[in-house]
Amino acid sequence: MIVDILFYITALVAIISGLLVITGKSPVTSALSLVLNFFCIAFIYLMLEAQFLAIIQVIVYAGAIMVLFLFVIMLLNLQDDMTLFERFDLKKGFAVLLTGLFLLEIAYIFSLDSVSVAPKGVTGASFPELGTVESIGKYLFSDFVYPFEMISVVLLSAVVGAVVIAKKKVD
Amino acid sequence: MKLELFGHLVLTVCIFGSLFLFVAYAVYFERKVAAKMQNRVGPDRVGWYGLLQPFADILKLLLKEEIIATQATKLIHTLAPGISVIMAFITFAMIPIAQGFYIADINIGMLYMMAVTSIGVYGVTLAGWSSNSKYSLLGSMRASAQMISYELSMGLAVVGIILITQSMSVVSIVDSQTDNPFLWNIIKQPIGFLIFWIASFAEANRLPFDLPESEQELVGGFHTEYSSMRFALFFFAEYTHLIVASSILTTLYLGGYQIPYSSVWLAGANEWLVAGLQILMFILKMCLFVFLFMWVRWTLPRFKYNHLMELGWKYLLPLGLINVVVTAGWLLIYDKLF
Repeated sequence: MIVDILFYITALVAIISGLLVITGKSPVTSALSLVLNFFCIAFIYLMLEAQFLAIIQVIVYAGAIMVLFLFVIMLLNLQDDMTLFERFDLKKGFAVLLTGLFLLEIAYIFSLDSVSVAPKGVTGASFPELGTVESIGKYLFSDFVYPFEMISVVLLSAVVGAVVIAKKKVD
Repeated sequence: MKLELFGHLVLTVCIFGSLFLFVAYAVYFERKVAAKMQNRVGPDRVGWYGLLQPFADILKLLLKEEIIATQATKLIHTLAPGISVIMAFITFAMIPIAQGFYIADINIGMLYMMAVTSIGVYGVTLAGWSSNSKYSLLGSMRASAQMISYELSMGLAVVGIILITQSMSVVSIVDSQTDNPFLWNIIKQPIGFLIFWIASFAEANRLPFDLPESEQELVGGFHTEYSSMRFALFFFAEYTHLIVASSILTTLYLGGYQIPYSSVWLAGANEWLVAGLQILMFILKMCLFVFLFMWVRWTLPRFKYNHLMELGWKYLLPLGLINVVVTAGWLLIYDKLF
């Protein structure tokens, strides 16, 4: 009961903050709303007994990536709704197209019987050991070791790429 | 169940209340230490040996007029000091101050600490940005860059401990160090300890890494535009960071509340007596670190900004990585051999 109420409150805050991200006048407002949104999602993860995912969501997204975002916004000193929305006609068209496709996909998935709702009584709490660091670590380094290593390589190449681009400007 | 909840509530209030008191007196202690090192007397007017000075300061700051710059972003400007204080405070929830005396013990306790510290950056960053002043902005830029850089080394130092303990719960980290001082993590992880300690200076914005508020260049850094109680809140957050950083160092590396060889000479003693002694031991170890922080502050000059970044990225981070690899390798070999 309490969990339900908490979920609805969190979901509401998540949706409102998500809307604020795209409607916010100043880039900083958008960024801060996104931080709030990340927190709500972390909270939902926590209610699903996925503690590791929740804390990583906070550390990586809210704690590291968004701080860097804010950093960049402040460095560029973007003023209220100016620089960000200068030329958006083509981009907007693509955005509408992609969002439409995504919505259709979600609708299709929910129309399928098999995935629409979890079997009655099965919640995150039914598998409390799944969300722990130990089990996620075990899966990452056994069943999913190749995808995991591949993602590491992709991330490494992104880091190297960033360094190369930054170095060109310095030289 | 009800009674348990009530007891827990009382414990929480007690722990946070005493943390508040400690922070207030950390300011007094700092002024006394500074005075001693500069051959001065320090605060000695209010109360016996100036012991009521913290309360006089708080009262003064509460009664001062608050000024908010006209160009400031009001909402964020108001919220930022609160974020700083709260994030500094809630880190303490994970720290056991005696056997069984802690607010929470979750199996991802270490990650929780890292998460809260990394969110604490927001208070400083937003304060600088929302003030709409170049000095504040520069201060907060430096703060966020510095904190992000040193968080990485800090995290790597913690990985070493997690590898040894095989757990992320803070309580089991303390338990695993036992009452034998030679089994404390400072002996097992000397390099990790050094990295963590240096990074704590940067995380707590203490000299020699207090560039976010270097007075000579940036007036007051991120809190230039703050006055009265909101300024006091930043000040408060800074000293809370100091206490919390010392407590974390104690917990991770000095065996937390463990009294040396207590299983020998304290065996069979009254459990409340033991708990009291453990709390005293914890406070003693914490105060040792607090004093070391202050000692360093009044001894070393401030780093240059590029040197700070160089130290973080070119020395501490590789050292942390080596520490992780060596620790993991040693554990593997140890496992195979014995």
